[in-house]
Amino acid sequence: MSAPAFHEVKVGDELPALKLPRITRTTLALFAGASGDHNPVHIDLDFAKAAGMPDVFAHGMLPMAYLGRFLTHWVPQTQLRHYAVRFSAITPIGAKLTCGGKVVEKLERNGETLVKLEIGIVDDKGEVKLSGDALVALT
Amino acid sequence: MIDTKHIGRQLATTFFEVEKGRLRFFAKATGETRPEYIDEAAAKAAGYRSLPVPPTFLMGADLDAGIMFTLLDELSVPIGNILHGEQSFTYHAQVCAGDVLKVESRIADIYHKKGGALEFIVKDSVITDQNGVKVMEARSVIVARNPKEKSA
Repeated sequence: MSAPAFHEVKVGDELPALKLPRITRTTLALFAGASGDHNPVHIDLDFAKAAGMPDVFAHGMLPMAYLGRFLTHWVPQTQLRHYAVRFSAITPIGAKLTCGGKVVEKLERNGETLVKLEIGIVDDKGEVKLSGDALVALT
Repeated sequence: MIDTKHIGRQLATTFFEVEKGRLRFFAKATGETRPEYIDEAAAKAAGYRSLPVPPTFLMGADLDAGIMFTLLDELSVPIGNILHGEQSFTYHAQVCAGDVLKVESRIADIYHKKGGALEFIVKDSVITDQNGVKVMEARSVIVARNPKEKSA
């Protein structure tokens, strides 16, 4: 894949959105195994209810992995320098998530030209599930 | 309340071997279908040494070793009560299948909000590869919900 060129990118440019399939119990079971996060609150309904939750819910790292996919669709991941998120709401079973982001700054650091992105995930009701920023190197 | 004497504490150093099968499983679990994340020949054609580690995959290095869960158990924080508050990664070099990583973690901070109803544990990790190159730094903020401590 080819990354956008630094001189072509403008502050305010939006990255192409990534729409994800509905979160299912199977999604969470697979992610528990693949990610290594076996906390039963994400995969065992009995455990989740005993912990005071109405149902199992997604690992925070699942939407963060989706948002990572979204970023690496825009630039090869070797150009990713920093990626940070804050989790603001639980992602329940059935959620339909969309990743989005935009360029907020162009800068130079350590001899590299970089862009700062504001990124996040919303569900189909518009609730923000996580938001954050990323620094990517562009030439 | 979690004792703040643990701030600054160094946690056990652990090792994590990056396996191709695990990377393919992670790709499947996250809906990743691009060939360079699944097929080693495609990864090499894209300029990687082997299958590349996607941006958030190395949380598994902590999770497989049980670093955070062991700590929570020791601090008597029930895992049914925790939420992930924040996560960040700073990348210094691309990690690929076959790499053997060293993970060094420490507790950077412990604090609470809402009269102790929410407690926060901040853990910093430095990940080094088999050549001694620092490849990544990570920060996790874990939130513990304490239903009993809710302010009246």
